[in-house]
Amino acid sequence: MWSSCLVFLGAVALSLGISAALLATQGRPPLRAMLLFFDGAFGSRWALEDCLLKAIPIFLCSLGVGISFRLQIWNIGAEGQFALGAVGATWVALNFPGLPAPLLIPAMMAAAMVAGALWGLIPALLKIRLGVNEIIVTLMLNYIGILFLEYLVYGPWKDPRSFGFPMTPQFPDSAIVGTIGTTSINWGILLCLVLAVAMFVFYGYSRRGYELRACGDNVRAAGYAALPYSGLIVLVMMVGGTLAGWAGFLEASANMNRLQPTIVVGYGYTAIVVAWLARLNPFTIGVASFLLAGLRVGVENLQLELKVPAAFGSIMEGLILLTVLAGGLFVHYRVTLRRSA
Amino acid sequence: MNTEIVFSLLAAAIQSGTPILYATLGEIITEKSGILNLGVEGIMIVGALAAFLTAKVTGNPVAGFLAGGAIGMMLAGVHGLVCLGFQGNQVVSGLALTILGTGLANYFGTPFIGQAAPGFTAVAIPGFSAIPGLGTVFFSHDPLIYFSFALPPLLWAFLNHTRWGLGLRAAGEHPEAALAAGLNVTGYRWTGVLAGGFLMGLGGAYLSLAYTHLWTNGLTAGRGWIAVALVIFAFWRPGRAVLGAYLFGGVVAFQFRLQAMGTHLPSSLLLMLPYALTVGVLVFSCWKKRGDEAPAALGVNVEPAE
Repeated sequence: MWSSCLVFLGAVALSLGISAALLATQGRPPLRAMLLFFDGAFGSRWALEDCLLKAIPIFLCSLGVGISFRLQIWNIGAEGQFALGAVGATWVALNFPGLPAPLLIPAMMAAAMVAGALWGLIPALLKIRLGVNEIIVTLMLNYIGILFLEYLVYGPWKDPRSFGFPMTPQFPDSAIVGTIGTTSINWGILLCLVLAVAMFVFYGYSRRGYELRACGDNVRAAGYAALPYSGLIVLVMMVGGTLAGWAGFLEASANMNRLQPTIVVGYGYTAIVVAWLARLNPFTIGVASFLLAGLRVGVENLQLELKVPAAFGSIMEGLILLTVLAGGLFVHYRVTLRRSA
Repeated sequence: MNTEIVFSLLAAAIQSGTPILYATLGEIITEKSGILNLGVEGIMIVGALAAFLTAKVTGNPVAGFLAGGAIGMMLAGVHGLVCLGFQGNQVVSGLALTILGTGLANYFGTPFIGQAAPGFTAVAIPGFSAIPGLGTVFFSHDPLIYFSFALPPLLWAFLNHTRWGLGLRAAGEHPEAALAAGLNVTGYRWTGVLAGGFLMGLGGAYLSLAYTHLWTNGLTAGRGWIAVALVIFAFWRPGRAVLGAYLFGGVVAFQFRLQAMGTHLPSSLLLMLPYALTVGVLVFSCWKKRGDEAPAALGVNVEPAE
C-alpha cells in the first residue's frame, strides 16, 4: 500500500518535471509556471470551488467507466454517453418547459439516463452477440454522438435569437439545477455522494457486485462457475452510460443552462485516466477526480497568465497515466539488480 | 462524363485512403508481434505535426516525411518502454499515448494553425497516366502514394516468407514457445512496435504534407482509430488492409463531394459516415469470422524471468 503511494507520487512528480521542461523549451519560466499552476488550481476559495465543480462530471463519468474496467470491459465511450445524456435532458427541457422543477428535473434525469444507457447498450450488445471489440465501437460512438449533438444545435434546436451561434434557447428556470448556498457548486455534488455510497455497497455487499469482481478477475473461471458474464457486460455498460449521461445532464442544466457544442470538453477521456489511477475504487475515484479537475483549473490559470495552450492539460494527463503505469512494475514485481553473466 | 466522375472519385478514394493504409499496416506489424498499440491516433497526429514543421523549416518535404516516421517511432518507443520494459497494461498505455499525442500536437501546433508547408503534389507517370481510367485512378498521384503501393506486398513477404517475419509472428502467437525455442521475444516485439510506429508516423505525415498541405489541430479526426478497426477487418493481412483503407477513403471522398455539390444534408450528419461505417465493417468481420485470426497472445505481456 505504502509502496504504491510512493510510486504514485514519484510518477506524478516525474510527469510534472517533464511538463515543466516542455514549458521551458518554449521560453516560459518553468518554476514560476508550476507555482502558477498549483496556485491557480488550489490556491483560493474560488479555485477550489471550480475544482469541485469540474470534479462532478469527471467523477460521474469515471465511476461509470470504472465499473466496466472492473469487468475488464474497456468502455471508452463516456464522452459520447455524456453528449447523449445532455441531448436527452435538453429534449425534455425544451419540450416541457411548463412543468414545475420537481417534475421537470427528474424527467430530464430520466431522459439523460435512457439516452446514455442506450448509447452504452449498443457496444454491449455487439460485444456479447458477435464479439465486436468494444473499445473501437465505444470510440466511434463518441464521434457519432458528438456530431449528433452538433447537428441538433446547428440545426433543429438552434435558438433563432442566438445571432447565428450554435446553441439552444436558454432553459426555463425550472430546468436548472441550482447552486448550494452562496457557492458556485451545484446540487449535483449530492448526487455524486449518494452514488459513491451506492457503488461502494454494490461492489462490496451485493451479489451482482461479487459476480462482477469474480468475472473481472478471471473470465474463464467465471464461465465454469456459470456466472452471467454477458448479462454483466450489459449491466456495466448501461450503468456507465447512465452515469455519463447524468454528467451531461448536470453540465447542460447547472453550468450552461442550455445545450451548446462547448459542453463537450473531454471529461469522458479524463474519466478514463481517473478510473485507472484510482484503481477503480469509488472513494479514491472521488479524490482523483478532484485532483484531475484541479489539473484543468491549474492549466486554465497558465493559459491566462503565460498563454500556455489548453492542450497542455492533455499532455500532463497522458504523462501522469504513462508514468503511473510504468511505476506499476515496482509495485507488482520486486526489482533486483544483477550483474549479467 | 459519368465515367470521368467515377474515375476521379476512385482516385480520391486512394488519396484519402493512403494515410489510413500506412497506419493500418503499422498496426498490423505491431499486433502481429503481440503488442496492441491503441496510440495510433496520437502517433499519427504528432507525426503529422513533426512532418509539417520539418518541411516548413528545411523546405524539404522528403525530410518532413521521414521526420514524421521518426517521431512516430519515438512515441511508439514510449509504448514499448511502458509495456515491454515496465510490464504496463497495453490498453491503458495506448490510450494514454493518444491523450499525450493529441495534447502534444495541439500544444506545439496551435501557433501554426492555417499555415502551409512545402509538400508533395501529383506527379503523373509518363505513359501509364494516359491509359483511360486506370491512368486517372492509379498513375496520377503524389510520390507518397506510389511508395505506399509497394508496402503491402513487402510487409506480406516479410511476415510470411522470412525468418524474421516468422519469429515476429511467433512472438505474437505463442511467446512462451518462442522463448523456449531460443527466440528473442522481447527483441521481436520491440521490432514490431518501432516499425509499426514508423509507419503510423508516415501516415500522419501524409496527412499534413500531401493531403491538406496546411496545419489544423485535430487533423487526424479519428483516422488512427479507424486504422485499429481496419486491422480486424483485414484479419491481420496486409492485402485486405488495402481494400479496407481504400473503402474508407472512398467514403470520405464521397462525403466531401456531396458537401461540395451543395447537398441539403447537414454536414454533421455526413461527417458521421466514416465512423458509422467503421462500426459496420467491424460487425461484418466479426459476424463472418468472429475475430479468430487475431494473434493468440495479442495484448498479453510476457512475464519477466525470475
